[in-house]
Amino acid sequence: MTTTQPAPTGQVVPLVEVTIDGVRTEVPKGTLVIRAAEDIGIAIPRFCDHPLLKPAGACRQCLVEVATPDREGTLRTMPKPQASCTLEVSPGMVVSTQLTSEVADKAQHGVMEFLLINHPLDCPICDKGGECPLQNQAMAHGRATTRFVDVKRTYPKPLAISTQILLDRERCILCQRCTRFSDEIAGDPFIELQMRGARQQIGTFDSGVLGFAGDAPVGAAELDDSGRPFASYFSGNTIQICPVGALTSAAYRFRARPFDLVSVPSIAEHDACGAAIRIDHRRGVVLRRLAGDDPAVNEEWISDKDRFAFRWQVAADRLVAPLVRDGEDGSGPLVETSWADALDVAATLLAQRRGSLAALPGGRGTLEDALAWSAFTRVVLGTNDVDFRSRAYGGAEEADHLAARVAGSGLDVTYADLDGADVLLAGLEPEEEAATIFLRLRKGVLAARTHVTVLGPYLTRGSAKLRATLLPAAPGTEAEVLEATDTFGASDGDRPRIVLVGERLAAAPGGLTAAAALAERTGARLAWVPRRAGDRAAVEAGLLPILLPGGRPVADESARAEVAAAWGVTPPAAPGRDLAGILDALRAGELAGVVVGGVELEDLPDPAAALAALEAVRAAGGVVVSLEVRRSAITELADVVLPVAPPAEKAGTFLTWEGRPRAFAAVFDTAALGDAAVLGLLAEEIGTPLPDASMPAWRGQRVAAARLDAPAPPEPGPGQAVLATWRLLLDAGRGQDDEPHLAGTARRAVALMAESTARGLGLQGAAEVTVRGPRGSVTLPLVLAGVVDGVVWLPFSPRERAGAAALGAQSGDIVEVTA
Amino acid sequence: MTDTLTPVLSDIWDADRSWTLATYREHGGYRALARARELAPADLVELVKASGLRGRGGAGFPTGLKWSFLPPPDGGPRYLVVNADESEPGTCKDVPVMLANPHVLIEGVAITSAAIGCEHAFIYLRGEVVHVYRRLLAAVREAEEAGLLQGLRITVHAGAGAYICGEETALLDSLEGRRGQPRLKPPFPAVAGLYARPTVVNNVESIASVPGIVLGGAEWFTGLGTPKSAGHGLFSLSGHVRRPGQYEAPLGITLRELLELAGGIREGHRLKFWTPGGSSTPILTDAHLDIPLDYEGVAGAGSMLGTRALQIFDETVSVVRAVSRWIDFYKHESCGKCTPCREGTYWLQQVMHRLEEGRGTPEDIRTLEDVAGNILGRSFCALGDAAATPVQSGLEHFREEFEAGCHTPARDLFPYEASALATAGTASARGGREVTA
Ligand SMILES: Cc1cc2nc3c(=O)[nH]c(=O)nc-3n(C[C@H](O)[C@H](O)[C@H](O)COP(=O)(O)O)c2cc1C
Ligand code: SF4
Ligand code: SF4
Ligand code: FES
Repeated sequence: MTTTQPAPTGQVVPLVEVTIDGVRTEVPKGTLVIRAAEDIGIAIPRFCDHPLLKPAGACRQCLVEVATPDREGTLRTMPKPQASCTLEVSPGMVVSTQLTSEVADKAQHGVMEFLLINHPLDCPICDKGGECPLQNQAMAHGRATTRFVDVKRTYPKPLAISTQILLDRERCILCQRCTRFSDEIAGDPFIELQMRGARQQIGTFDSGVLGFAGDAPVGAAELDDSGRPFASYFSGNTIQICPVGALTSAAYRFRARPFDLVSVPSIAEHDACGAAIRIDHRRGVVLRRLAGDDPAVNEEWISDKDRFAFRWQVAADRLVAPLVRDGEDGSGPLVETSWADALDVAATLLAQRRGSLAALPGGRGTLEDALAWSAFTRVVLGTNDVDFRSRAYGGAEEADHLAARVAGSGLDVTYADLDGADVLLAGLEPEEEAATIFLRLRKGVLAARTHVTVLGPYLTRGSAKLRATLLPAAPGTEAEVLEATDTFGASDGDRPRIVLVGERLAAAPGGLTAAAALAERTGARLAWVPRRAGDRAAVEAGLLPILLPGGRPVADESARAEVAAAWGVTPPAAPGRDLAGILDALRAGELAGVVVGGVELEDLPDPAAALAALEAVRAAGGVVVSLEVRRSAITELADVVLPVAPPAEKAGTFLTWEGRPRAFAAVFDTAALGDAAVLGLLAEEIGTPLPDASMPAWRGQRVAAARLDAPAPPEPGPGQAVLATWRLLLDAGRGQDDEPHLAGTARRAVALMAESTARGLGLQGAAEVTVRGPRGSVTLPLVLAGVVDGVVWLPFSPRERAGAAALGAQSGDIVEVTA
Repeated sequence: MTDTLTPVLSDIWDADRSWTLATYREHGGYRALARARELAPADLVELVKASGLRGRGGAGFPTGLKWSFLPPPDGGPRYLVVNADESEPGTCKDVPVMLANPHVLIEGVAITSAAIGCEHAFIYLRGEVVHVYRRLLAAVREAEEAGLLQGLRITVHAGAGAYICGEETALLDSLEGRRGQPRLKPPFPAVAGLYARPTVVNNVESIASVPGIVLGGAEWFTGLGTPKSAGHGLFSLSGHVRRPGQYEAPLGITLRELLELAGGIREGHRLKFWTPGGSSTPILTDAHLDIPLDYEGVAGAGSMLGTRALQIFDETVSVVRAVSRWIDFYKHESCGKCTPCREGTYWLQQVMHRLEEGRGTPEDIRTLEDVAGNILGRSFCALGDAAATPVQSGLEHFREEFEAGCHTPARDLFPYEASALATAGTASARGGREVTA
């Protein structure tokens, strides 16, 4: 926990002198007594207090005796002990805590006793036992025996808050941290106080309790997969801040005792936010993940995906040994082999084809991995045919944008900057795609320091929680709308302006160009927010056909010279092929092989075409070498599969969207090797050792940013609509496999469109719609919403049903819609 | 003896259809409003300050001073919220005022609104008194139709039945449509009250006293009562008195005088204990018959003037039983926000019931004392303090009855039938007059 109140940046806060337990100290005006005490090492017991939540003064555990000088300067003791978590310091205040005041000590003992009279004595079977603030407090300050001989309050247990969170109400001390979190931080009213007095309890929306018989409080679009209203992507934080074992995780409940766990600080791998986490493991098994405390990044909060989705790393389809093709001609089935054999086979196959090979390294790796891929491609494969963008894709415009404005730009826009700015989001739904950004924006918005404008086809629930202004844009018209926008925000330029472009904007031709132009017009800073943890590192490492490490343009001779000096090998001078080019060349037989790393076919703009390209190269006698953690669709197409370590089994550094390095250590010391180590071995085997690739950022001329004009907007004909889609935080992504409890809290899959669109398509009253694309169709419940006319929105890849991914169409493509 | 009565708010309660605008006007109603409209807002505030009017909702905070705490107008809305939640056991003054003479409140609201620059006032009414709700709605309509409000909007809101919603900040939350639980202060309502705007919260009787002050002047008002407790107040006598009801008298009157007005303790009985200001004020005994019923006098006797709800108990009443019922009430009404009140009342109730049944232990009495001490002054709001009060004052004055609870049921010591109020032959008098409401 942070020890001092966050002071608004930039302001000089006057100091106030106070005395606590005889110790004089100076703290900024506005500091709460409990923090001022903490600063000088005096811990006042507390339960409801939390430094990131507004003071509540509910538990009364933190009572202290307080005296303040009156007008004549005579100290006057306040008649009642005061809650130190709600009281701000004032000049000359004299505070006596439990350490020096009998009144405070007695008051605290009294409250402790009250909290325990209705608390069950089930510490031995409670998940929190061993790390429980109430237990610790009771041991330190409680009575040895109870004098409560009466009847305790009991409840049926547990109450399922969601498929993921369980509540044992009799353990709850009603500190309201959880409800305050859901209200003040997440903005999801999934739990609330109900009833009053001794029957007050935390509850979910319960039509029985609330007398809503029959009325749904929210529409179908806001239900989770288990059918509950008001699901939250951040609910797991309540478990962590609950000072007792009232809130527990269905996945972790009864699995372990805290004192048997070993904790390792780490960084979440699911997005580009770099949230600090803590990984708790026992005997080689990760049992849970918690939020780490990093004020500069995620404060003390993480998304449920970061918290609960970790079993993918040890899924049953995890690759443990290298695979090669059986049989002399290499056409047999994949069989396990030794590392020596696999490296030998791969080295031979690749060495034979040097000069007509490419690399598709994916975007989930660490900076170290990315740099190794970059060096491996240039030095070992001898090509610039490399592209990390195995996802929604923006070709040359995006590559130029990344090379010109992102690579080597260091730490520019940060989380802290988002709190206190007018922010425009384009191609980015932070709640779904960058949860830590969402929380930081919301913090600024609630404090009236930040205003958010979102460019998109409708105001999502996440945007509504950011009180965002919608800049409506059908997919494909993003560039046009941005071009027509003169200004944004609510402060007339008093606050700094920031444009955050999500990686999805790249898929809208001209979008990045228009966003950059808008930023220039409005004096805004521009930052790029990818979805995957490795994308920013990939850009820095130069995993693009036009880019070398540190933002160095391939086409720049002195840039190549710098790289040559660092590597001892000169990189090829000719710019390479990008993702589309590589796939085309593979299909056409212009390339004889490819090294693939962690690419999910489904992520690619056209999975079927990519599949065909890989099949074609093999059929033509080419080679596919794949580096993977788990078996995937690519595995089946590979000649050699080299297993690589998941994040828990390697050390490394993620780069956040900001460009902030987030180093983490291995949780487990296993035989698994990271991409960098595997590529290093492979390079040795080929006989071209990988250079140590670290080099400073490029100071020379950058790639000139491309200019792409807004294309003509898509025009759907009768029976058609423009497809809008993006990934939701919780969906069929493989990073969430094997987490059934988490899966139940995903948003229920629905198709959204405006009433006018539905009418135009003859869908009045239809409960479901079928959307057809070039490669398939999906049928989902239809929900009418304020979507831009002519657009149908589908989730990209929900777990329970097929989504837009099954259509073979992208955002902005025209699809057929029928009842 | 009737000289001691000073009917101001209760003046027209015996008039025909006293609650109508016509009757009120016949008796000079709304003249004060006309006069107030000639005064500058600041002068109105000064006038009420000078009158020494103190809040009639229990705490006795100077009303004019409270109004003067509002920040200077900033163009945004400012609200007056009248606290008409009256739920304190024994307190029964605001409801009779609003029932018999709602217009005096409406006139007070209009004057106060003018004084503080409020264009939308609220009356938060205890929801159970539906008949009062109707009268208030009718009175607002009448005043509006008669053009008396001049654009002032008055919203009458019926609460949903919670004592805590009488606490001013819980009231504001409830009025905003939230869960009725007290707010953290600061910010005080004067700075950020209803919808986070500057707000004055005053009791019904406080506001209803304002027209009289405007007409009679500050000096007339300070001429009543005692130096620090100026003016008239409604004293509600209930329990074992011959003529229970509301007696409007200057502050500083004694219980002895009030009992004389009320015809004394019921026939053949004598005073045992009483509350000066509702169940939240420590009980007093027959030793306190002559203390002046003003803020200082009652405080000097170790209790509080509170809402001047005098619940009178004669010698047939078991203190343990009375305290036990009060604790039932507080346990039921605790809002649950803070630990001492929520858990403490839960515990006290079980111990009190045991004592009442004669199954207590000496340890129970020590526990009771300690638990009450751990609630008092440790809770978030005054409801918790109030819950500790009957236990502590009961123990102080009648400890032996609690000790008897270790072996003998209260019913055996004080047969409950003996305490029952006679149902016939007890004339009901309100303010000593007939009421036709
Ligand atoms: C539990 C509780 C209940 C209260 N109930 C009432 C009430 O019903 N009516 C009232 O006027 N004040 C009530 N109060 C006092 C109010 O909080 C507030 O002090 C009062 O309305 C201010 O008005 P006044 O200054 O005119 O007295 C209550 C206070 C507490 C703590
Ligand atoms: S569930 Fe936990 S966090 Fe929530 S109120 Fe109860 S004790 Fe506090
Ligand atoms: S004392 Fe605490 S629990 Fe009791 S009513 Fe006040 S805030 Fe609620
Ligand atoms: S920590 Fe201060 S009241 Fe709960």
